[in-house]
Amino acid sequence: MSRRPPVGVLAMAGVAIGVLGLPLVGLLQRTPWSSLGATLGEAATLEALRVSAVVSLAAAAVSVMLGLPLAWVLARLPFRGRALVRAVVLLPMVLPPVVGGIALFFALGRRGLIGRALQNGFGVDTLIGTTAGAVIAAAFVAMPFFVITAEAGLRQLDPRLESAAATLGAGRWTVLRRITLPLLAPSLAAGATLSWARALGEFGATITFAGNHPGRTRTLPLAIAQANEAGQPEAAIAMSVLLIAVSLVVLVGLRHRWLAPRRRWPEPSQEIPSP
Amino acid sequence: MPPRTLGALAGALAWLAAGCGGAGETTVAVYAAASLSEAFEDLAARYEAANPDVEVRLNFAGSARLAAQIGAGARADVFASANGATMGRVAAEGRTAAPPALFARNRLALVVPAGNPGAVTGLRDLSDDSLVLAVCAPEVPCGALARAVLADAGVDADADTAETSVRAVLTKVMLGEADAGLVYATDVAAGGDKVAAVPLGPQTRFNDYPVAAVSDRAVAAHFMDFVLGPDGRRILSDHGFGTP
Amino acid sequence: MSIHAEIQATVGGFAIRAAFDAPAGTCTAVVGPNGAGKTTLIHALAGLVALERGKIVLAGQVVDDPARRRRVPPERRPIALHSQHNLLFPHLSVADNVAFGPRCSGLAARAARRRAEEWLEKVGLAEAAGLRPAQLSGGQAQRAGLARAAACQPEVLLLDESLAALDAETRTDVRHLLADLSATRVLITHDPVEARLLADQLLVMETGEIVQAGAPEEVAANPRTPWTAGLLGVNLLSGRAAGTEVALDCGLALTTATPMTGPVLVAFSPAAVTLSTAEPHTSARNTWEAEVGRVQPEGDRVKVFLGPPAPCRVWVTPQAVGELGLEAGSRCWASLKATELTVRQA
Repeated sequence: MSRRPPVGVLAMAGVAIGVLGLPLVGLLQRTPWSSLGATLGEAATLEALRVSAVVSLAAAAVSVMLGLPLAWVLARLPFRGRALVRAVVLLPMVLPPVVGGIALFFALGRRGLIGRALQNGFGVDTLIGTTAGAVIAAAFVAMPFFVITAEAGLRQLDPRLESAAATLGAGRWTVLRRITLPLLAPSLAAGATLSWARALGEFGATITFAGNHPGRTRTLPLAIAQANEAGQPEAAIAMSVLLIAVSLVVLVGLRHRWLAPRRRWPEPSQEIPSP
Repeated sequence: MPPRTLGALAGALAWLAAGCGGAGETTVAVYAAASLSEAFEDLAARYEAANPDVEVRLNFAGSARLAAQIGAGARADVFASANGATMGRVAAEGRTAAPPALFARNRLALVVPAGNPGAVTGLRDLSDDSLVLAVCAPEVPCGALARAVLADAGVDADADTAETSVRAVLTKVMLGEADAGLVYATDVAAGGDKVAAVPLGPQTRFNDYPVAAVSDRAVAAHFMDFVLGPDGRRILSDHGFGTP
Repeated sequence: MSIHAEIQATVGGFAIRAAFDAPAGTCTAVVGPNGAGKTTLIHALAGLVALERGKIVLAGQVVDDPARRRRVPPERRPIALHSQHNLLFPHLSVADNVAFGPRCSGLAARAARRRAEEWLEKVGLAEAAGLRPAQLSGGQAQRAGLARAAACQPEVLLLDESLAALDAETRTDVRHLLADLSATRVLITHDPVEARLLADQLLVMETGEIVQAGAPEEVAANPRTPWTAGLLGVNLLSGRAAGTEVALDCGLALTTATPMTGPVLVAFSPAAVTLSTAEPHTSARNTWEAEVGRVQPEGDRVKVFLGPPAPCRVWVTPQAVGELGLEAGSRCWASLKATELTVRQA
């Protein structure tokens, strides 16, 4: 059925695996396995793991809740300047995260565009050292991943299916709930997973915008960077291995369901005979 | 492909490649702590002016990161660290070619945004929890110094953020997002008119910077002599560093 | 449930203008060449295409009236639409697809499921209830789509080439099913036989407009455009088949090339009949003597209406009219090859 790809393709694929995989091998080879348990058992590490879990999941949730309507608008609503809006949406993907963090200050900071409104309306004095700030920073860099995946899914969706549902008596919400969302589910799940993974690894925007506060904004990446700066590479490596392990478990666990978007319904194979 | 496109492409490649070629005959690779950035850029310019056949290649980062790079075999000639402990580790690994020498002294400074919105008048005010306070992480030299000074003054301050770089502390104060920050005295100038220093009075704790040759090349020793010599001292002093 | 439609709409730069009325419970067939605007017409009735001007009234309820800014969305119109693309929902089983409409109308899950099973049974897909649409053949998918629309029990059923993918036998079953429905039906078809068998009213559309409307036999007898003449002009006679012999209801017996039994329809083109003054001695299996009815020139040919025993239309050249002396009341012989006959189960 499947033909073997040309040797050149195999060779390049091998190089790609090397580029992506060798650093990981190098890290594992230098991992202080004997002291790993002790490092990971430290209260500070577990705290960073907890903060990472809370922040990345909340950021993924924010990305889905706000990103889905945005993806819908981008995919379905023709308007002037749509290309520009899409470019702006994707900008955080190319922006250095540190710049993203400073830009967030200019928007939400005390002297930012809506900082005063935040202070007067919600009593938010500063987002530095708050988990909310860390979630905002992580969502800022993670949401584009969800938006592009969801938009691509929406574009592949046959709009005639939604029209067909309407001609059968389904109102907007019924169409959304019973047709659009179920058909979109694989894309949404892939997008949510990607944005979660991006939020989990987020560093620059978080430390710039939300700062580094143990138990509130010090996620695993921040703790790793701090250990590295402090000349404690063993601790940094140990926590990196933890981060990799958590990510691998989740990504491999979800792979079958979502990340390799196989058809969720079988190909026509067992046709029943005509009566 | 039309000839004009080819020409543009060739031009672009030539431009991209321009930065890659070596210019001077001899180079000296200087690894210096981030807080030395402006001072060492001046030093390098002066050194190159005096020694036209030598090119100084500077590498700035946190002292610990630089030490890690040297430990991993980076081709450095001179290492200027922000604290003795880091230099001690490099020396213990046998990477230094000559004993380190102290060449600069830094002290702590309390900075506030222009206009001092938090009305901070001294270290004592930092115990106020409603104040947004930025300091360095305890693991990096400026953070260790800050905590020691606060302990000496008997101030129990809860930092809202522990930055891994002193310049990140300064940035948050400059933006007005932090009400106060503890940085090095030499960083105050970099804040321009966006920050103001709150006088701390006479101090007893300092951060002394050691420098050492980490290769046995003659140019490494020569550059070190320049840093420790009268020209070097004057430039460091111009940037706010004291003498150990 | 009647339909009153005055439609002016534009889709992708293509404009249609069409007005028609359909009494409650009748079937209106819309025929016409590809790109005539038939689907746009049906989509306008369904509410998938907005009117620019005009008005649509379904059973006294105004569902579209741009002048009064009134427009009822598809889901609140008393309609169901089946499209030639079927558009079954790929993530739902066949039964859930068919139960979708009843569920939307407020039926409880169990009752909706029961109705879905009834309709699947009617279209012969009872065993396919648990399958996914991707597992169905083209014909099965079409029947499932039809069942899904019919299960809504709409007052107006809109059918866009709903029988196209069916084989001859299933087609007959489904046609009978459609004929029995009480809903007012609007049906797009390319099959002139289907149109004439099912429709109470025929609309011929060309380039966005209705060029002819009327009872099917009337339109077939007096086609106003070449396309209508070519497609709808076929002669259609009913009878009973026993093997290759068909005893027509009008009394004549014809020999066909397709063996069949029971009630059938025999179709043949007006161009397939040859006329002569004396009894012909040809290889044609079917010959009969007939009285000439009307003789009617039609462009560069002449249409001759033959009377009993087999009323039909024949095309001849103007020269032949003179040579054979064809005029109303004269007699002539007709001959027709067995292979020119199309036989269908009625």
